[in-house]
Amino acid sequence: MPDWLIIRIFWDLTVTGLALGSIYALVALGYTLVYGVLRLINFAHSEIFMVGTFSALIASTQLLNIPMLEDGNYPYRTGAALVFFLVFILLAAMFISGVGAIALERIAYRPLRGNGDAFGAIALAFLTSFVIGLIFVNETKANLIIACVGTAPISYSYLRFFKKGKKAPRLAFLISAIGASTAIAEAVGIWGPNRREQYQTPRILEKKVLFSALGTDVRIDYVIVIVGALLMMTALTLFVNKTKLGRGVRAVAQDAETARILGVNVDLIIVVTFALGGVMAGGAAMLFTMVYDQSRFNIGFILGVKSFTAAVLGGIGNLKGALLGGFMLGLVENYGSALFGGQWKDVIAFVVLLVVLMVRPTGILGESLGRARV
Amino acid sequence: MTNEVLLDFNNVTMQFGGVTALSDVSVKIFRGEILGLIGPNGAGKTTCFNVMTGVYQPTQGSVVFNGSDITNLKRFQITQSGIARTFQNIRLFSEMTAVENVMVGADARKTSSIPAALLRTKHQRAEEKESYDRSMELLALMGIADRASDAARNLPYGYQRRLEIARALATEPELLCLDEPAAGFNPAEKQQLNELIFAIRDRGYTILLIEHDMSVVMNVSDRVAVLDFGKKIAEGLPSEVRSNPDVIAAYLGVPDDAA
Repeated sequence: MPDWLIIRIFWDLTVTGLALGSIYALVALGYTLVYGVLRLINFAHSEIFMVGTFSALIASTQLLNIPMLEDGNYPYRTGAALVFFLVFILLAAMFISGVGAIALERIAYRPLRGNGDAFGAIALAFLTSFVIGLIFVNETKANLIIACVGTAPISYSYLRFFKKGKKAPRLAFLISAIGASTAIAEAVGIWGPNRREQYQTPRILEKKVLFSALGTDVRIDYVIVIVGALLMMTALTLFVNKTKLGRGVRAVAQDAETARILGVNVDLIIVVTFALGGVMAGGAAMLFTMVYDQSRFNIGFILGVKSFTAAVLGGIGNLKGALLGGFMLGLVENYGSALFGGQWKDVIAFVVLLVVLMVRPTGILGESLGRARV
Repeated sequence: MTNEVLLDFNNVTMQFGGVTALSDVSVKIFRGEILGLIGPNGAGKTTCFNVMTGVYQPTQGSVVFNGSDITNLKRFQITQSGIARTFQNIRLFSEMTAVENVMVGADARKTSSIPAALLRTKHQRAEEKESYDRSMELLALMGIADRASDAARNLPYGYQRRLEIARALATEPELLCLDEPAAGFNPAEKQQLNELIFAIRDRGYTILLIEHDMSVVMNVSDRVAVLDFGKKIAEGLPSEVRSNPDVIAAYLGVPDDAA
């Protein structure tokens, strides 16, 4: 291979690697924030990302009514319309993912902390009677009716149990996380219109070359992804460092008990933490659909595992670590798959993780157990 | 000191399983006074504290603060109603700067909502500045403003102890509870601490002081209450308590021939 070609490929890989890495980094922030505050690995975070991709899809096809052309493509937008469309889709995905993350916390985790409330009880009761109904009836409408009828008595008994304020052991949170993750993904895979097939998200941005540098043509969507991700990360850092709630998040991450005694409303801070993670995942989801034009019921799974890897790589509980880990993983994966072939991509990512953890067990920038550096 | 009761610790009994840590303890704290709470190791001083600040729910009895029952409030609500505390073993947010530590305490009083914080409204920025200014003022009061932007874990021990007091004061309490503030201090530092406690009281705070060190308690307190084996055995002026035979027995042990 001639030298110029190698260099050209190298810079190509760097650009695409950074774009992929910024998506990893945004999702990794969610893992790291929740871990910092609750010492919980929120495996269902990957599904919050998946929900974000579907929110972007629904926002563009249903709310914005972007029509599919006869050849299966979508009309490109330009100028102010394009900006409006992209921002609208972004905000929709962020909003739905943020709300989803808050709901997840209320339903799947808060009752385990001995703090369950009516919302969690009703939601859990509905799910319980829905699942029980599935065993006997295989008709969605009848099932929903059964679920609604069953909700009242079951939520009453859940609520009475919650009132006792029993705290679950640590492992229960992990099981709840894995259960919630599987349940959300499978629900989309079973009841979504395309079932387990791929969805195509409308491509409204014409992916033309924005500029050429170092012999590489840099496409506009990659630039938007990298710049957008950096902006979101800056906003998050400012929020965490410069506001009252952000200070609360850092205080709870370091010592929840002391924070509580100092008048910090820890439950509110936990909600804020999940919301922040969800919003970041929603942003990542929108950027993802913009570059890759697709989604699927299980799209969160491997991406979630990778982002979690990125968080651990940089040092979990550490915001800067999540960014560093995300970008590193994106780049390494890209270079690695060029060297050894695409089928080795995931292997390379995990080998890098293992090597880093062997040398630095707490991740590159150090982790947080007991000394959270959120 | 006035005759207005600020905190009424009313016939509190606290049991852990079969162990009775406090039995039928009643203490009144008057507004504007410095009350010393002393007793030998394991007498129940810290348990007393933990009941007041809502860490434990008493088995029996009630805690009335400022005329309202706070026995069953959540911890952050108790803080918001006006009781603040420091810890025997220092519990600062070690990765945050000194001034940020204090600001966490100041935030308990602030009202700006989540959307306001996101949009950085004028109100939110004003509040942020107010928090910062007040926190710096408290650090200055404690004499540690020179290292306001250092991470708490890098501060010397004496600074960390005083930072804890500044942080507690930031929650704008009416009652400040100090749990062994002189632990690990040398005589010169104890002298400084005494002056600091007076300075805080002169600013209108009521102070409850748990302390092992007699030189601090007897010099600073207006009144002293003594606990032993979970019971209150004496209460009164420092001079009275010092000569109380029960107190001497509790501290020095009862001689064999007297038993």
